[in-house]
Amino acid sequence: MELKELYQEIILDHGKNPRNKGRCNEFNSDAEGYNPLCGDKVHIYLKVGKNKEVQDSSFEGEGCAISLASASILTEIIKGRDYNVAKKIIEDFLNMIKNEAKITINSLSDEQKTTLMSLSGVKQFPMRVKCATMAWHTFDSALEGKK
Amino acid sequence: MNINNVKSEFPILQEKLKGKPLIYLDSANSAQKPKSVIDRISKFYKKEFSNIGRSVHKLAVTATNRFEETRDLVKKYLNAKSREEIIFTKNATEAINLVASSYGEKFIQRGDEILLTELEHHANYVPWHFLREKKGAIIKFAKCNDKGEVEIDEIKKLITSKTKIIAVTHLSNVTGAILPIKKIVDLAKSKKIPVVVDGCQGAPHLPLDVQELGCDFYAISCHKMYGPTGVGILYAKKKWTDILPPYQGGGGMIEEVKKESITFPKSPTKFEAGTLQTAEVVGFSESIKFIENIGIKNIMEHEKKITEYGIEKLKRNNSVKIIGEPKDRGSIISFTIKGIHPHDIATILDDDGVAIRAGHHCCQIFHEKIGVAATARASIGIYNDKDDIDMLCKAIDNCKKIFKI
Ligand SMILES: Cc1ncc(COP(=O)(O)O)c(C=O)c1O
Repeated sequence: MELKELYQEIILDHGKNPRNKGRCNEFNSDAEGYNPLCGDKVHIYLKVGKNKEVQDSSFEGEGCAISLASASILTEIIKGRDYNVAKKIIEDFLNMIKNEAKITINSLSDEQKTTLMSLSGVKQFPMRVKCATMAWHTFDSALEGKK
Repeated sequence: MNINNVKSEFPILQEKLKGKPLIYLDSANSAQKPKSVIDRISKFYKKEFSNIGRSVHKLAVTATNRFEETRDLVKKYLNAKSREEIIFTKNATEAINLVASSYGEKFIQRGDEILLTELEHHANYVPWHFLREKKGAIIKFAKCNDKGEVEIDEIKKLITSKTKIIAVTHLSNVTGAILPIKKIVDLAKSKKIPVVVDGCQGAPHLPLDVQELGCDFYAISCHKMYGPTGVGILYAKKKWTDILPPYQGGGGMIEEVKKESITFPKSPTKFEAGTLQTAEVVGFSESIKFIENIGIKNIMEHEKKITEYGIEKLKRNNSVKIIGEPKDRGSIISFTIKGIHPHDIATILDDDGVAIRAGHHCCQIFHEKIGVAATARASIGIYNDKDDIDMLCKAIDNCKKIFKI
């Protein structure tokens, strides 16, 4: 049962066919994440506007289905968001993974919430939590202009 | 003891995880412990414990004797010449650090060369890297071929008049290749270069005779030999223990301490600073007895049979790619599955009770060379049987089902 929650259809799909893979055009901020435990890597590219809104986002990386799916879902959901909304989505997501909290932000559609929640299966697999969160922390660094 | 009944000697293998029997295929990482080892540690703490070598009360005498008896057992097991050549450390990593530090301190100068191979575990690279940083030495890596072996010629090629030490693994923890240690030692001897062998994977699975191997140093982690954690062994030839400086300083390793100067005793005391892992060392004596009881030749034969069965069965699965095809190999099978990352494999296998390892196995140099960040690894120990391999293959089929491959 738990395994099915981890490897949901939606995750397998994003893992196999990750969206936004590669460097997005005219990116002006980026950051790298690395998990020394397993060697997984993620590189986030962002094109941010004057008010730090996320105009475009993409990633490059190597890793397991969970980490690829997570980066794929992340870049898809946050693309086009205002800075404050982007920050809130990241906060909500990390909160969901760490504290079992629900996604509360109301600028997401139900479908988008479901998509995000599909990653919450990692909670049952403590060794895999970082696979799901690494891209998000890295994204936050890129957004804040930290390398 | 018959090797086919060995499983029942390991309490943890009788446990069920989420209702499923444990199929433990991660012995290269650390091996499970037989009841005799667990009981020995418990008995030691219940009836015999005290610190060793320091007090004169009866308990201290008994504990010291039990501890030193283990040293004798190890000496005999390795066929070392004297007890001074057997130094207890906390693991193989510390044993290698000891050599790199003490030998390096005395014998390595700027521009000197340290010769390793591309198959080395980080434990046999990072300590040499420290030395490189500290002394301005140079590290060279002998190439491994596409079968995952290191040929003697690759080592020969890199030896120069500057080569001051050669440090190689006995048995690769990724490809399973057994390195031609004797040939390497013969070659090194002719050039008067000492050889350090990382015996982490060799010691639990191969017959050992350090005099026959001829190496100068041999590092062991006892937890991979069905023994307790926290115990390692450095075998060091007496010619080195006599002249190398101490590694760590503290109580127990001194002769006379004055305000102006300190003198040190002979090996092994010189190299064993502070309170040691007494109970664990004593417990390790039971691991040696356990291995001797079954017979290392029988162990080798058994593990070879199971490994060959595993390789053959995995090869029949056309999504599985086995990493390395060494002619002379130990009981390690690293593999990848097309379209499934090793971490996903390991998580799904775990759900079926099958414990394997996934990652770079502390061998990033090798993984970079073959261009994959991670592999899955099934490693076979004394207690594994064909049923375990069948379960592994079944669990792999389940992976493929989940990933629709
Ligand atoms: C070949 C090899 N060398 C060194 C080590 C390090 O062993 P330890 O961590 O017990 O010191 C290992 C174990 O992971 C190994 O397989």
